[in-house]
Amino acid sequence: MAELASLELTADEVPRMQRDLNAILGHIAELNQLDTTGVPAMAQVGEMLGGSANTEGGELRTDAIRPSIDRAAVMREAPETDGRFFKVPKVIER
Amino acid sequence: MTTGAATDKTTTTKRATIRSVRMGLESGTVQAATLAAEHYDRIALANPELNCYLALSRDRAMAQAEQIDALAAKGDPLPTLAGVPVGVKDVLAMRGAPATAGSKILEGYLPPYDATVVARLEAAGAVLLGKLNCDEFAMGSSNENSAYGPVRNPVALDRVPGGSSGGSAAAVAADLAVASLGTDTGGSIRQPAAFCGVVGVLPTYGRVSRYGLIAFASSLDRVGPFATDVRDAATVLEVLAGEDAADATSSDRPVDGYVAALDRPLAGLRVGVPDEYLGEGLDPEIRSAVERVLDGLRAAGCEVKGVSLPHTRYAVPTYYVLATAEASSNLSRFDGVRFGLRAEQAKTLGTMFRETREEGFGAEVKRRILLGTYVLSAGYYDAYYRKAQQVRTLITRDFLEAFREVDAMVTPMTPTPPFRLGEKVDDPVSMYLADIYTVAASLAGICGMSVPAGVTAAGLPIGVQVLGRHFDEATMLRVGLAVEGL
Repeated sequence: MAELASLELTADEVPRMQRDLNAILGHIAELNQLDTTGVPAMAQVGEMLGGSANTEGGELRTDAIRPSIDRAAVMREAPETDGRFFKVPKVIER
Repeated sequence: MTTGAATDKTTTTKRATIRSVRMGLESGTVQAATLAAEHYDRIALANPELNCYLALSRDRAMAQAEQIDALAAKGDPLPTLAGVPVGVKDVLAMRGAPATAGSKILEGYLPPYDATVVARLEAAGAVLLGKLNCDEFAMGSSNENSAYGPVRNPVALDRVPGGSSGGSAAAVAADLAVASLGTDTGGSIRQPAAFCGVVGVLPTYGRVSRYGLIAFASSLDRVGPFATDVRDAATVLEVLAGEDAADATSSDRPVDGYVAALDRPLAGLRVGVPDEYLGEGLDPEIRSAVERVLDGLRAAGCEVKGVSLPHTRYAVPTYYVLATAEASSNLSRFDGVRFGLRAEQAKTLGTMFRETREEGFGAEVKRRILLGTYVLSAGYYDAYYRKAQQVRTLITRDFLEAFREVDAMVTPMTPTPPFRLGEKVDDPVSMYLADIYTVAASLAGICGMSVPAGVTAAGLPIGVQVLGRHFDEATMLRVGLAVEGL
């Protein structure tokens, strides 16, 4: 699971995480007491309110060109950059 | 007050409210620059102990204060929050000031833009004092998960201020800001407001823009104000609320006049009390505070009646599936490429990702990313994630049904008064269960607020929760004002 999440756990973190996650999953198992056959899954609130998509914030904005933050200002925050691109270590692991 | 020290030694005069600042500026008895400087003096004295502020934005604050003073000197009309010193939770972007989200992984990051809420506060005349401590990525109920150390509760220094917006609540309680911004995903505004004895408002999902908020769980995250009283909270909310082209989830519904609504009479309002919120595990002093509030509302002409929210007991497990699932996705952007920390010694991209995240994330964040990754993984998705989404529908239907019978609800805010620092750090399940009265409203997207309702025999603050219908902050605030006056 840690690998899927791109996390690395230290040796002493592993047993603690296992203990905590098992306890939490045990508590979450209570949801199985409920029969949810036929109940729609809800991703966000707007869809429950029956208004128009826009009223409930479900509509995307029009696809139009708008000013965005200056590239130089964004690149200043990067750990490693040539000013135009983000630089990263070698991508292909052999 | 048994252990309250921080406020006593720092407060010399009656503390400012948004109204008093405005009246003072208009009559010439208050200067915005002086007021800001006084706040910085108090912060310098109290912050080493309380640890509310992670960064100060003094230049920006003083420039704004001087502009407000110039307006006042000319006798020009003053904007709504003219000269009001405010603090901003460190998960919100403020141009040129650090935004750590309480995490080491964002150490040194200076966002090149303002969150919409920050821009709105400043456009309304507010003076931005600095950034406020919080649990790492807003994950926590005690502020003990901040990589920059816990915040102490200004009312009782051995107690937690609540979380995750602990710094925002404590700063207002300790008179280190007149108002502040927090965020609430599963209770992170309301619970610290209750623990620190201030007002905290969770607006309806979609009511306040989240552009510039470092995302935790996008279907749940909301931004809202802290203030010392309901009228100030309503004033700040009115400035924050409304559609934002930069946030597709913000609603275009018109914003009610929240402050004007406060003066409408209360008589005839129907106030519901959910039976499920008064069960086992509720501290007896908090129970009596809720009963006292209900008696007062009856006396004020409200019809108080029991309602049922039958799926309440499933709210905490539902919340911890959905919030962690969304967090595992949102937090994948912290990878050492575009901002913040990078593990320098890594030779390849994959090890750089993992080592950066290992160094940068604290235990609670890792715990939630792991849980979220698990509930979304192939083979478990239907059993956990989809199941929780279905139960979220049932929880939301409970509220929609109950709000046909009542106009607002009143519940306890927390099962216990603020607990001691360190008391729950080794027991995440017990920490999560303390969110029992907050997470259902988060899942349902309705608005809610915490209003101070006295103190325990030991002098610890008690908060009462008022819940309102979707987009009916006006009614909720009216009930909140009445609760405050009891």
